Amino acid sequence: MEKSLSWREFIITRLIQTSGYSAILFVALIFFFLLREGLPTLAEVDVSSLLSIRWYPIENYFGILPLITGSLVVTLGAALIAVPFGIGTAVYISEIAPRWMREILKPLVELLGGLPSVVLGFLGILVLAPFLRVFLNLPTGLTALTGSLLLGGIAVPTVVSVAEDALDSVPRAYREGAWALGATKWQTIWRVTLPAAKSGVLTAIMLGIGRAIGETMTVMMVTGNAPVLAVKLGSIFSPVRTMTATIAAEMGEVANGSTHYHVLFFIGMVLFIISLIVNIIASSVVFRSKKRAERILS
Amino acid sequence: MKRFNNFLLLTSLLFTSLLFTSCGSSNNSTASDSPAKYIENKGSDTIVNLALAWAEKYQSDHPDVRISVTGGGSGTGIAALVNGTVDIANASRKIKDEETVQAKTNGIIPVEHIIARDAIAVIVNPNNPVSELTLQQISDIYSGKYVNWQEVGGENRPIVRLSRETNSGTHVYFLETVLRLGDKKDKTLFSMDTLLLPSSEGIISEVRDNPNAIGYDGLGYVPKDLKMVAIAKEAGGAYILPSIKTVNDKSYAIARDLYMYTNGEPAGLIKEYLDWILSDEAQLIVAQLGFVPVIK
Repeated sequence: MEKSLSWREFIITRLIQTSGYSAILFVALIFFFLLREGLPTLAEVDVSSLLSIRWYPIENYFGILPLITGSLVVTLGAALIAVPFGIGTAVYISEIAPRWMREILKPLVELLGGLPSVVLGFLGILVLAPFLRVFLNLPTGLTALTGSLLLGGIAVPTVVSVAEDALDSVPRAYREGAWALGATKWQTIWRVTLPAAKSGVLTAIMLGIGRAIGETMTVMMVTGNAPVLAVKLGSIFSPVRTMTATIAAEMGEVANGSTHYHVLFFIGMVLFIISLIVNIIASSVVFRSKKRAERILS
Repeated sequence: MKRFNNFLLLTSLLFTSLLFTSCGSSNNSTASDSPAKYIENKGSDTIVNLALAWAEKYQSDHPDVRISVTGGGSGTGIAALVNGTVDIANASRKIKDEETVQAKTNGIIPVEHIIARDAIAVIVNPNNPVSELTLQQISDIYSGKYVNWQEVGGENRPIVRLSRETNSGTHVYFLETVLRLGDKKDKTLFSMDTLLLPSSEGIISEVRDNPNAIGYDGLGYVPKDLKMVAIAKEAGGAYILPSIKTVNDKSYAIARDLYMYTNGEPAGLIKEYLDWILSDEAQLIVAQLGFVPVIK
């Protein structure tokens, strides 16, 4: 019995180890694949034409700036909606709501997170876009704003559940200490609980943004997909074309190995690098704040 | 406990081996049962409903024949034919020269069959007073020269241009026939703010809802509650609404042939199927779906 236990232990440890390393392996393989398929772009298309503002691949116009700005505008809009709403909801669920309310709200938020994005896209086309067109008197309702609102809705459950977990794990003694010093409920939340859960809340925000920038189906259905450079203030009210929607719409019919095919992978690379940057910024912020906290404690 | 684990291992092994053997045998049986009675048909989304209707009718008349129909676009269908994975490729455009070259390097000779005709209708919201346009005016609307409906005799509203995605055969056809008016050297492009929608449904729902919108779609897909624009080939010419009659007498400007491509001259089952498609019975289905039958 003793022997078989150690034998089993060995197998299980190795299995867990392998699955841990496999994450690194998969990321490396994906990145290698993206590089292999995307880098030929730089040999086939001039950098100056890649940075032009016209995207019309069937006539060899490969300007990807409209797509990058399109993704950024939609994601920024989504973040502006999802972050305050998500953290507000998380604070309410974890700090303010009575127990029975929490029992109802949490599963509901999780249910919202499980809603397929294509269903939201449907709602967007049939309800939100016509409403926004009439309400804001726009030429069309298929705009970056419509995409942002829906993506915000998609990112909120992610932000809520991660941020709520982080707030929940703040020791009760912190709050009691603040109350004992005469802090109000709001002061406790804003000055004690939220800062204590900072790294978890930041992770929640980053995951939410990651969810938004990678989302494809909804944006393809509601943003109009017009590759216009989105740098003006009014761009949020006009149609945009995101990187994800471009890849999804065009990859299906592109000839394998053509310039267009390589450019689509190049866009995938850009997308990958953008989310990498977001992650690095997030983890460096978390890392710095952790070090300071450790200094204070020691 | 240990014995139980062994039992589990044994049964799971048994199940996996069963799974593998059953997979293998089922593959073999489908391949050997009826190799000649199976037609793989793929391509243009414009044709997919028509191809499905044909396949359904043909299969109910010939229960021993299986026809699988998938969409994906003309390019997808032709690519599949080039790669030798389908028997018949549906296309709403002629095969391109480079595709023919690629096919020949794979040892495949694409043969063209005209199986129906299609007209593209230009559609606007029923509340839009504009009901007649020349081809040149439509070209100028889509190229971005006109930005307000007033410029073509409508209300003071911005024009919202809707188009299919660039990978759609309809998109390419519209670009060549309308925007560039059939001139091969013309390099006119769609205005940059043209909305590129991934489906016919997207265009139809936006035109139905939005009085600023102009869109185009295959005649077979335009619902009755949308307004089709009568089109004149040149200024001063007659404005003609798309219909089966006007497409057949070639008076309507934006009409085209629809194709099926086979590898080499069709023989056997595929030949029977294609011959049936050109029969009166099958061409009746063409008319029922809003396309235009081929008149021999």
